[in-house]
Amino acid sequence: MTTKKQEFKMDSRQKEIENLKDYKYGFSTDIENIRAPKGLSEEVIKFISKIKKEPEWMLNFRLKAFERFKQLKEPNWQKPKYPKIDYQDLYYYSAPKSMKDKPKSLDELDPKLLETYKKLGIPLQEQARLNGIAVDAVFDSVSVATTFKEELTKQGIIFCSMSEAIQKHSELVKKYLGTVIPTTDHFFATLNSAVFTDGSFVYIPEGVKCPMELSTYFRINASETGQFERTLIIADKGSYVSYLEGCTAPMRDENQLHAANVELIALDDAEIKYSTVQNWYPGDKDGKGGIYNFVTKRGLCKGKNSKISWTQVETGSAITWKYPSCILKGDNSVGEFYSIAITNNHQKADTGTKMIHLGKNTKSKIISKGISAGQSDMMYRGLVDISSKADNSRNFTQCDSLLMGNKCGAHTIPYIKNKNLKSNIEHEATTSKISDEQLYYCNQRGLNQEEAVSLIVNGFCKEVLQQLPMEFAVEAQKLVGISLEGSVG
Amino acid sequence: MLSIENLKAKIDEKEILKGLNLNIKPGEVHAIMGPNGSGKSTLSNILSGKKGYEVNGNIKFEGENLLELETEERAHKGIFLAFQYPLEIPGVNTNTFLKTSINAIKKARGEKELDAIEFLKLIKQKSSELKFDQAILNRQLNVGFSGGEKKKNEILQMSILDPKLSILDETDSGLDIDALRIVSEGVNSLRNKNNSFLIITHYQRLLDYIKPDFVHLLKNGQIIKSGNFELAKELEKVGYENFN
Repeated sequence: MTTKKQEFKMDSRQKEIENLKDYKYGFSTDIENIRAPKGLSEEVIKFISKIKKEPEWMLNFRLKAFERFKQLKEPNWQKPKYPKIDYQDLYYYSAPKSMKDKPKSLDELDPKLLETYKKLGIPLQEQARLNGIAVDAVFDSVSVATTFKEELTKQGIIFCSMSEAIQKHSELVKKYLGTVIPTTDHFFATLNSAVFTDGSFVYIPEGVKCPMELSTYFRINASETGQFERTLIIADKGSYVSYLEGCTAPMRDENQLHAANVELIALDDAEIKYSTVQNWYPGDKDGKGGIYNFVTKRGLCKGKNSKISWTQVETGSAITWKYPSCILKGDNSVGEFYSIAITNNHQKADTGTKMIHLGKNTKSKIISKGISAGQSDMMYRGLVDISSKADNSRNFTQCDSLLMGNKCGAHTIPYIKNKNLKSNIEHEATTSKISDEQLYYCNQRGLNQEEAVSLIVNGFCKEVLQQLPMEFAVEAQKLVGISLEGSVG
Repeated sequence: MLSIENLKAKIDEKEILKGLNLNIKPGEVHAIMGPNGSGKSTLSNILSGKKGYEVNGNIKFEGENLLELETEERAHKGIFLAFQYPLEIPGVNTNTFLKTSINAIKKARGEKELDAIEFLKLIKQKSSELKFDQAILNRQLNVGFSGGEKKKNEILQMSILDPKLSILDETDSGLDIDALRIVSEGVNSLRNKNNSFLIITHYQRLLDYIKPDFVHLLKNGQIIKSGNFELAKELEKVGYENFN
């Protein structure tokens, strides 16, 4: 009997080690937390608002959203189904205890937190900072540090946590928050409006070209906790900013909910480039655990000649369900969406974009590359809507799917609405497979199976990878390779 | 360098090679001729390590049991196959592919990998030696290449990887006379006392340009006759059907 038990122990230990090999961000940090009482209620919302020392208008914004939320039904039209989430069984606020009296400088920051970010490859300390990239680090529900703050302040750029912005830049937040994603928008967006905890805030003043990449690194650490972050980026007239977010989470058997809202606003002649490298824990090989990534991202090209471009590399999460969108309101505005979505093992994704053309001469471009492996399932769902007033508008869409093995799925559903005869929509789609012959050819040239897959897939994704800021393109390329490891036998 | 003993191979229960023997010494050029379906491509696939065959017999390459090695390990040891139908890999620049390939091999051998500058220098030198247009290297691997361009690209890869044993699987098929000459010159320039070649072909034509040391007739899964260049000429005259 004993021997058997030991064997079993060995097995599970072995499995743990193997898992760790696959997802190197799967560790958790043992740190003391302050949590809101479990569940969702007016009290919990008041608790969050109070602990963040928010002004009254902010609390009212939250409560209004909560009232609305109570009337909403969870949507069910998406392809990947998931077991019912008990919203009363989640923690809506969790923060490291050491953050209660917010440290004034990095020297005061809990060494455990510094260590965590170092392990993630995001050094926060002065001497080791990433060159030319300002980072806002969000740990569970709070922002723990923002680098390069002084340098940015000199140019009038505001880059800080949302909590800080609500206190210090209340007027700006009040003016723009919820203008792109209204509190009444839909189930998860509304939930976010009620309980969001932290995230990043960016304001680029008129005529300023932000001199460095701004980046937020989201980390879920605590268990049974949802992460509801809120990001708001405003590019004033004639300004430019490139922003990047990265995400990871520990490996846990439970599914964790991540429901963020991201709002972008570009005024006249402004440009926002928003890149995401999403690598939340995808669950284990049997589909146990992993993050539910149900995110609402929307950009408003409010002014004329403005431009918003989304680039996403989605390799993590058990379920990814999101449609980063552009509302092209200003005349001559441009929306772009470049996406690589990879699903392996039991991962599922229902992702794409929405391009809403309202202004004249508006242009949008969608390049989507979906890769499915293992027993995963991938759906591209996209909407191109050209309104009757959007004369001379154009959209080009290209959706390519790559299948690996014969147990996975790939689907493409484009919704196309053109109410303007002077406007024009093009859609192209392909589906292909990595062939054994291609792999053999690469093997014969000295590449092992994983190198071969990585090379072929990176070729398939090239158009999108080229859109990423240089500093991250190399990382993303590696990630593309890693997330498909073991997918070809 | 290479010794094949009593090699038998089956695919989907069908026996294709039925006891093949062959010895290749360093510096030798061997040609294998034979009719369609005689097992020529199967032989090159088995030597390079393509999966899906049931293989029996012995193959020693530089003293090592070749059949125990993975496809890429064979490439690391210096076996190169110029494909009859080179594969297209969309989005992958030919240069990138070549660099990934040579560095994978160098890494496996514990040698220093080439940086971008060293690599470009090598590419430039090799393509001018072989009189190849370098523009081809900036295009996606084999995508939209003509038949001739694909084959030239194989020869360029061969010259860059500098293999010990090069297997050319019907490299002459689909080539016009000019391309045939360029490809042959490429092969000839790589000939030296250490490198060996196994050239698989239907026609004597290619052998007019690349003079083999030995010619073998493969028929019905076995080498039924071996000789020198004269054998190729004789085969061309009487045809495979009548040759016994």
